[in-house]
Amino acid sequence: MTPILEITNLHASIDGNEILKGINLTIQPGEVHAVMGPNGSGKSTLASVLAGREEYTVTEGTVVFHGHDLLDMSPEDRAREGLFLAFQYPVEIPGVSTANFLKSAVNAQRAHRGLSPLEPAEFLALMKERMALVEMNPAFLQRSLNEGFSGGEKKRNEIFQMAMLEPTLAILDETDSGLDIDALRIVANGVNAQRTPHNGMIVITHYQRLLNYIVPDVVHVLWNGRIVRTGGKDLALTLEERGYDWIKTESSVEA
Amino acid sequence: MSEVPDSQHVLDDVVQREYQYGFSSDIEQELLEKGLSEDTVRFISAKKQEPEWMLEWRLEAFRTWQRMKEPTWPNVTYPVIDFQDIIYWAAPKKKEGPASLDEVDPELLATFEKLGIPLDEQKMLTGVAVDAVLDSVSVKTTFQEALKKVGVIFCPMSEAIQEHPDLVRKYLGSVVPVGDNFYAALNSAVFSDGSFVYIPKGVRCPMELSTYFRINARNTGQFERTLIIADEGSYVSYLEGCTAPQRDENQLHAAVVELVAHQDAEIKYSTVQNWYPGDAEGKGGIYNFVTKRGICEGARSKISWTQVETGSAVTWKYPSCVLKGDHSIGEFYSVAVTNHYQQADTGTKMIHIGKNTRSRIVSKGISAGRSQNSYRGLVRMNATATNGWNYSQCDSLLIGDQCGAHTFPYLETANSTATVEHEATTSKIGEDMLFYCNQRGIDTEAAVALIVNGYARDVINQLPMEFAVEAQKLLAISLEGSVG
Repeated sequence: MTPILEITNLHASIDGNEILKGINLTIQPGEVHAVMGPNGSGKSTLASVLAGREEYTVTEGTVVFHGHDLLDMSPEDRAREGLFLAFQYPVEIPGVSTANFLKSAVNAQRAHRGLSPLEPAEFLALMKERMALVEMNPAFLQRSLNEGFSGGEKKRNEIFQMAMLEPTLAILDETDSGLDIDALRIVANGVNAQRTPHNGMIVITHYQRLLNYIVPDVVHVLWNGRIVRTGGKDLALTLEERGYDWIKTESSVEA
Repeated sequence: MSEVPDSQHVLDDVVQREYQYGFSSDIEQELLEKGLSEDTVRFISAKKQEPEWMLEWRLEAFRTWQRMKEPTWPNVTYPVIDFQDIIYWAAPKKKEGPASLDEVDPELLATFEKLGIPLDEQKMLTGVAVDAVLDSVSVKTTFQEALKKVGVIFCPMSEAIQEHPDLVRKYLGSVVPVGDNFYAALNSAVFSDGSFVYIPKGVRCPMELSTYFRINARNTGQFERTLIIADEGSYVSYLEGCTAPQRDENQLHAAVVELVAHQDAEIKYSTVQNWYPGDAEGKGGIYNFVTKRGICEGARSKISWTQVETGSAVTWKYPSCVLKGDHSIGEFYSVAVTNHYQQADTGTKMIHIGKNTRSRIVSKGISAGRSQNSYRGLVRMNATATNGWNYSQCDSLLIGDQCGAHTFPYLETANSTATVEHEATTSKIGEDMLFYCNQRGIDTEAAVALIVNGYARDVINQLPMEFAVEAQKLLAISLEGSVG
């Protein structure tokens, strides 16, 4: 089976500071991987580097996505090839309706796959169906993208966009941050509805809480730019119990 | 060693699209020699077989112009213009006056065809009547017959001078007097053609009226004159579009537009201005020095200016409203885009005279490249403007860090019951916004177009439907290659 994603010895830095110091991670179809770790361990950097944010420089290592060199692709081509990032801080675009934004995104991705644009009626029906996954009101379609949305509404909108774009690899960057327990449940249900035997997910989170709802196949602990522990879903529970200090101490000894 | 692709480079490398209207047509031209004198004015007037009163009017304008100085207050810089180095008359050569389309030079028809302005009435957008002006002369006005049936006059200005002298004498120069400013005086002396519109009492003009201006000849200036009169209780929507060939030298365009709205009348005037802006190094392009003003003469009349400005090397233009009638309304909706080395100093004047007059200004400046974009607006509440109300919103959007946006609002209030509100914002298309779009599969060019159209939405929505789509495309095209 060809992995969806294969990260080997990935090093990345920003402004000359090395943040990622040799990441190895392989995701097979159907797998959900949780990446946990204390603040500043490099979790969001990993998400940004995979999505192609320009501020980061990859200094070493390779990333293979569906058999292609991911690092050689532009951010839009990564998206068109099936990589989706649910942003920790979704951007507001005044005057551009959520519907219009999604239409541009979906049709750009369809064009990349040699498909014609969706008919307006077909597109509207699809949007309404997918919004229901995150219990979003269709009135949001006509509102400017994320403008005036609450924190929870923005996160739901991210998962709605994911449902529209049907990525093969979704990276959820602290999607649980700023969510109350009800919103967390809704967002998690939306994500779970999109789990298939063919796609993969990387769920980045600081807390174990989210993983009660989105149950991962593999849990990684990131610290100081490296994955220092990998285990099953129980690892998250252990972390919840013992905190990150335990990992830090052990890793320092090993180093 | 591999690197994350640097999207900054990707943006820098984006290819600049050429100005797509930059062709020139091989049409046989009749040209006057360069230079400006009383003889030039007499020549133009004679060429058009104008009555004596018109010649006198022009000569007075010329003498006024000679005493005036070029304005230097706009926030634009350009080399001194040599007014003796300009051709003031260029016309497509033709045999005895073409009565029907069959007699118009096919090359000329092809020119308008290329611009997407088919003059063949069968092929026209439904409901849009077009007057096409090439260089100095109106080439063809469509749908004249259909309009005549409801009493609407829509014809070249030169024809109006012959056929409707009473209307022309009454209104020409009544809103923009001959000596209003340097370029208005110049225009009054040498204007060659333009459009004339008269909507009779109580008539709602059954179709959009549109004039298409095209500068074609080399070294020529274009000085068109437009006059629109909406009589009591009438309505008209008028649109002008402009393009020019790509040339290394600068060309002067100094138009005057006058609007008169009588009691309960409404004039909606929309402009999509796409004169050649010069190349990426700032070479060539049109100097667009235009005076546009409307008067809401009667009670409850309304004048609305909407402009989408993407062209010209230098723009100097303030479509204004004089709100004389009680309860009259003035509106100004503007999107001005500058890229490369373009300079625009544009805005409006709202002069409140009548009681309960209302005005609204929505200005959206978009600056990219090394361009300079200024909003200059005056809101004046005269002592008589009891309960006058104005709301102004002036937003600037910056793309890149080498361009400039400037706002010069002037507020003068002589009536304590009047309300004037002004809001201004400056924002930047940030890397975050672009990256967010990229991450959804939208490339940077498309993302800029999407973001800019969102930003300009309030103004674009004011345009007639057919032209709103064109304007959206134009915004996208003029900003191609601007991010980086």
